[in-house]
Amino acid sequence: MTKPTEMIAPPEAILAEPPIKATHPLREMAVMFFRNYTAVFGLVLLIAILLFTFVGPLVYQTDPFEMVWAPFTRPGQDGYLFGTDYLGRDILSAMMAGGQVSMAIGLAAAVISIVIGVTVGAFAGYYGGWVEEVLMRFTEFFQVLPTLLFSMVIVALFGASLLTVTFAIGVVSWTAVARVTRSEFLRIRELEYVTAARSGSAKDAYLIFRVILPNALPPIIVQANLMVGSAILFEAALSFLGLSDPNVMSWGQVIGSNRPYILDSGFAVAIPGFAIFLTVLAISLIGDGLNDALNPKLRQR
Amino acid sequence: MSAPLLSVDDVVVDFKTRAGNARVLDHVSLEVASGEILGIVGESGCGKSMTALSIMGLVPSPPGKVTSGSIRLEGRELVGLSEAELCEVRGRDIGMIFQEPMSSLNPVFTVGEQIAESVRLHENASPKAAMARAVEMLRAVEIPEADLRAKAYPHQLSGGMRQRVMIAIALACRPRVLIADEPTTALDATVQAQIFDLLQDLQSETGTAIILITHDMGAIAELADRVAVMYAGRVVEKGTVDTVLSDPQHPYTKGLITCVPHLEPEPPLVRAPLPEIPGVVPALTELGMGCAFAPRCGNRIAQCGEAKPPLEATVGPHLTACWVAGP
Amino acid sequence: MNLLRILLTRIGYGLILLLAVLVLNFTLISIAPGDIADSIAGDMGGADAEVIEEIRARYGLDQPFLTQLWRYMSGVFRFDLGYSYFFNTPVTELVLERLPATLLLVISSQILAIVTGTWLGVMAARNPNGLLNTIVTFLSLFGFAAPVFWTGILLIIAFVSVFPIFPVGGMQDVTVEGGFFVKALDVLYHLVLPMVTLASIYLALYSRLARASMQEVLGADYVRTARAKGVPERTVLYKHALRNALGPVITVAGLQFASVISGAVVVEAVFSWPGLGTLALQSILARDTPTIMGILFFSSLVVIVFNILTDIALRLVDPRIKAG
Repeated sequence: MTKPTEMIAPPEAILAEPPIKATHPLREMAVMFFRNYTAVFGLVLLIAILLFTFVGPLVYQTDPFEMVWAPFTRPGQDGYLFGTDYLGRDILSAMMAGGQVSMAIGLAAAVISIVIGVTVGAFAGYYGGWVEEVLMRFTEFFQVLPTLLFSMVIVALFGASLLTVTFAIGVVSWTAVARVTRSEFLRIRELEYVTAARSGSAKDAYLIFRVILPNALPPIIVQANLMVGSAILFEAALSFLGLSDPNVMSWGQVIGSNRPYILDSGFAVAIPGFAIFLTVLAISLIGDGLNDALNPKLRQR
Repeated sequence: MSAPLLSVDDVVVDFKTRAGNARVLDHVSLEVASGEILGIVGESGCGKSMTALSIMGLVPSPPGKVTSGSIRLEGRELVGLSEAELCEVRGRDIGMIFQEPMSSLNPVFTVGEQIAESVRLHENASPKAAMARAVEMLRAVEIPEADLRAKAYPHQLSGGMRQRVMIAIALACRPRVLIADEPTTALDATVQAQIFDLLQDLQSETGTAIILITHDMGAIAELADRVAVMYAGRVVEKGTVDTVLSDPQHPYTKGLITCVPHLEPEPPLVRAPLPEIPGVVPALTELGMGCAFAPRCGNRIAQCGEAKPPLEATVGPHLTACWVAGP
Repeated sequence: MNLLRILLTRIGYGLILLLAVLVLNFTLISIAPGDIADSIAGDMGGADAEVIEEIRARYGLDQPFLTQLWRYMSGVFRFDLGYSYFFNTPVTELVLERLPATLLLVISSQILAIVTGTWLGVMAARNPNGLLNTIVTFLSLFGFAAPVFWTGILLIIAFVSVFPIFPVGGMQDVTVEGGFFVKALDVLYHLVLPMVTLASIYLALYSRLARASMQEVLGADYVRTARAKGVPERTVLYKHALRNALGPVITVAGLQFASVISGAVVVEAVFSWPGLGTLALQSILARDTPTIMGILFFSSLVVIVFNILTDIALRLVDPRIKAG
């Protein structure tokens, strides 16, 4: 037996760190994630916001629509932590109730856009050829329409209810997910294990959802996470413009309804805006952490 | 040997890494005379390329730093020159070609522009004159239809063509020294031979000194006048090609030479296995007190683990750093 | 010659996309509950079924769907996008009157964001441990997370009560007298805050993108070649590296255009900027469907035009992108 002449050591060998012990990938991912301080900060922040909006109302029981005190009460004055708005409604309780709605709509709309995006992207990437052509042209078509304008039209035409707003957001923002999914599918379908499964006459549906999709998940998860953030921003913009259900309190609506009075009560606008900012910030920090944990090769960037 | 054109004297380069300080170059001394080809051989990571980068003043910093030593070109000290002064030396006095012709050319400029750029920088030439020189250089590196090719983008050329363009760039300002860092590693065998021939021809025409960095002992035997063998950041053996190849003193050099497979016109039915040097290059952060090659060396004695052997004359101008091989 | 052919293909393709946009919008509006007749009747303070039927007949709403679609489409080819009953003006006229204001806002904010963002990204990439790098990281987090209307409102509060140097609403001051130059200057003066607000989102995006792409390019072999040629560091950065790093920035900027117009709608609402966005909001609240259709049509047209321009820019920057 002749061993190959292994004269040339790979360049990494010189400065290499000791090899990392093999662990379960999920566990390794979690370790990576929790070693990332900004990601953990994001997670803690998000948990705090969730506690505030979902547990807060149990403790602080004030109707956000009820006039409780003089309008434009400054934050901290007369026992109102965040003050009152132009109608004398308690902003603290509006923040709690509004947070529930903002996050629920954000999550639901993100789910809609992920389902559409993953489906379109997976079929385009898996089948290729004319299927890909048609689906990608379809995607491009949605990229050409200014999303906010389009969803404003949907909401205006079908009425401003929670359901239409959620649907209007989800249905216009799936294109990025579709693009990411498609490029992952294009890459993975050429890999050996897919070719092997394919030659073993596996059904298309099995290949798409059981073989390729699980391996395509990391970038989709990262994108999905960002979708939740941008759906929350989207909802806020719609309700700021007055295109949301007037009977449901949301952060964007607090800003929109108090906008004419910003010079009297800037806080009524600043506080909910800051809440949106913190929530989306927390989500995107988590997203960055997930991205780093799921793509260890890109860690250095 | 005449007075050295370029001398590298006792140069130390350190890299700060997470794993600690890595001494990438450890008191390296080299010299090359006008019209001479100096070969530097060794395994990947032995400091060959870092020697080249330190001559060019291109040691990546941070984390790298030339800690001590001196590099002189025609008597002028290069270590410690300002960035602006170094920019004048690079390309004008010292040219360099790299081992990755596929990625070493800028994809968004034509090859003519890339050659002309250094002429414009160093000789204050007009754009027109610089482009004329670029075409002339493309002809010199034997690229057919040079005036057309000057307008081509790198992706329109083959690997061998691109390496010729790299040589044209490096030689455009007629530098005194050309550093060729594994110029043929990424190329096909036939193209390799062409590039070596080209380098040799150009050298005999212009008298440029060449530092040829390679791990190909065959290329060294064919092209170089003198050779330096490097291991783990140190020069372990240095001398004329004839003496070093025919009478290697350091066990590492011996290993390198015996590793080269020979072509035989009638190979025996049962072939002897190719010899190899056992073990791998040690991590530079983990070097001990002694000779870095000791763990892989068959002739190891107690002294090898205790202190680093100095580079000393063994036979005439032939220098070796080895306790066992010493005079 | 080849570029011209690509250009023509892209334009042809853009026209098809535009047709699809029209059909989709028309379908959407016709399947939605209620129509113009209901709105007009509502404005009149209620009307009986007979009057509503009469209005329907006047607007051709009693025709079958395909007939209506055909009528609308053939109008579009004559640059006739219908008539806005709400503004009492032809839609084309209405939209063209507002389009320049939106284009001014959108283009100026994109130029600001691309130029500053790329510059920040380059500086940050050059020194990975520097302060600018941290600034870019924070900026990119802020730019993504801060709702654009909130940024705008905070700027308004700041510039009204703290440093009252910039106007916070409208596009020009009617009291300003003078020639074209004076008026143009007044418009630019009003543009500052809306432009900065809209640019803030994209500044964050581009600076982060430019940094990542610059970091990658700075490690490339051809950058080392340039240094070995004796090219001064500034030229290495701005000529050799930047030209290669610009590709991703241009690609993303092109993809962003639809989203920039969405952002402009909100920013226009915040700063009462008299562009397409404010017009859209007014017509949507009034259910003025011909105007809504016209705005969607024109904004898609703008996006398509900018996509084509992006494509050309990419080809100019990177010769590797093959023709075709």
